[in-house]
Amino acid sequence: MPELSTAELELVYDHLAQSLDRVGPERAPLYLTKLALLGAQTLGSVQIFVELSNKAMQDL
Amino acid sequence: MHQPQTTPRRSIYYQYKVHPPYLPATPGEVQRADVVVVGAGPVGLATALEMARYGVRCLVLESELQVSEGSRAIVFTRRSMEILQQAGVADRIVAAGLHWRFGNSFFRGERVFRLEAPHDEDDRFQPLTNLQQQYLEEFLVDAVAAQPAIELRWGNRVTAIEPHDEGVRLTVDTPAGPYTLEAGWAVAADGARSPIRSLLGLKLEGDSYEGRFVIADIRIRLDLPTERLAFFDPPWNPGNTVLMHREPGDIWRIDFQLPAGETPEQALQPESLKARIDAQLKMIGVADPQWEMDWCSVYSARAMTLPSYVHGRLCFTGDAAHMLPIFGVRGANTGWQDGQNLAWKLAFVQRGWASPALLDSYSHERVTAAREIIEEAGRSTRFMTPPTAGYRLLRDATLSLALRQDFVRPLLHWRTSRAHDYLDSPLNSAVDDNHLFTGGPVTGGPLRNVRLEDGGFLFDRMEAAFHLLIFIEADTLPEGVTEQVQRLRLGGIPWRVIAVRIRGQGPVPGADLTLSDHNGRIRQRCAVPAAGAAYLVRPDQHVCARWLHLTPHRLQEAAEKALAVDSNPIPSP
Repeated sequence: MPELSTAELELVYDHLAQSLDRVGPERAPLYLTKLALLGAQTLGSVQIFVELSNKAMQDL
Repeated sequence: MHQPQTTPRRSIYYQYKVHPPYLPATPGEVQRADVVVVGAGPVGLATALEMARYGVRCLVLESELQVSEGSRAIVFTRRSMEILQQAGVADRIVAAGLHWRFGNSFFRGERVFRLEAPHDEDDRFQPLTNLQQQYLEEFLVDAVAAQPAIELRWGNRVTAIEPHDEGVRLTVDTPAGPYTLEAGWAVAADGARSPIRSLLGLKLEGDSYEGRFVIADIRIRLDLPTERLAFFDPPWNPGNTVLMHREPGDIWRIDFQLPAGETPEQALQPESLKARIDAQLKMIGVADPQWEMDWCSVYSARAMTLPSYVHGRLCFTGDAAHMLPIFGVRGANTGWQDGQNLAWKLAFVQRGWASPALLDSYSHERVTAAREIIEEAGRSTRFMTPPTAGYRLLRDATLSLALRQDFVRPLLHWRTSRAHDYLDSPLNSAVDDNHLFTGGPVTGGPLRNVRLEDGGFLFDRMEAAFHLLIFIEADTLPEGVTEQVQRLRLGGIPWRVIAVRIRGQGPVPGADLTLSDHNGRIRQRCAVPAAGAAYLVRPDQHVCARWLHLTPHRLQEAAEKALAVDSNPIPSP
């Protein structure tokens, strides 16, 4: 699976930050949950999804 | 002294009949019965009717003097209709009921999911049939009245029960005082609040959910087809779910979830009900809702089962054995599968055709089924009434995505009650050819109905017996099979041989029934590749062995297995 370059990651960083600001703190959880489901569907792998979920759980 | 209600229950569409109570000639007397069924609800009555088909004499005790209050169970599955056909009431239900196969889920005014239940011409019954429970119970009561082997005693309440080695002792209270029943066997079909379960202190295992629903029946003329309607997060009841079903006679069932923190008493206040039902009707486009209330109640979702359904000579069945969420029509529809499973086994044991070990398989098969249902119903319930903040967020995200994204829509699927495959049943043959078939009903699963060449259906021809379906090409059964079946019939055990003719005409010697299958329909439905194949079908229509090549020896093995001959007690699943 291709990885993002640092420059691309920065674009994702900005896009996500601006999207979160646009939806506002109240709807942010709903937005992020939808995003996670869409991402999981595109990933096409329960195993990778669970690994990513576990990584996100760390150091909260 | 037991004092049941003697005035008819109130209903705007159903005329309740108050039956006279049974009174003992001498209060305190001791009577004997072969089998006592406690509870004349849909499951108790169907179980008694099924046992009567094997010549078992049954006494049914009902504490009330009339059928149940309100429409209660209103949706019956095809499998239930097949079971009720055996009980002899299917035709009346078909005539009185509404038949349907589509379910719709709405969110923000859009239909986000449409479910189509499959139906083909090999099925006699539609996937789903709506009818109020009072009518269904009335039909069963009429069928019982026409069955001399069953005595139904109204106004008889069980106040004490004592299972012992030789039977079950019941203390029965009546309007004329109590009497004692010494029963060989007893069946507890006394419903979700089962007094018998309480009297014996038996505990259900599983979960209760927070979600509570009001269920209300109203009479209103709505120009809508008979389909299931589910509304998620409607504006008048934010975050909650509303369900609607059409019942015969312009009666509509509306189920809606109570807002968090509201008590059932508050929710059932007439003003509160009126405001909410009006809001729901306005939402679906009724400008000036005019309706009458028939019945309402509050329901809470539970998913619990007894870990064992057989306690010595007492067997639990239906809601008395388990309490399942209503989503997916799993109450009565599960109960009839229990009753059908129990009835032939208890009948075989009571008639002396099998040892009590056969009943262990009832508990094994149906507790396993209940646990499967709890697992499946849990998913539906978590979607309908999310139990935690996390589940609520996922539900809301899924609904929001469902407006535009196809891939999440199956998550809105409402899993309906289905017939269970008893894959690990102790009654299944250990050495049949199940794995060599490329389709058809699996060993442990229910046989599927087939339209016959004469226009009838296979299940119309099945009786209260084991059935051996043999697919033949010539004019004779496989060598030795007739003699083997004769041996199996010793002692009166009901066995029937159905010869399925691939070609040729006329009855096949040794077969009780010959069916012509020149068009290959039965073969196709059973995935039979060639002559010589056979299915062994239990009295509850579940397959317990299937072979590509039947031999007398293989039949013997499967028959012993199916009757729990020499089996050791089965550990609880």
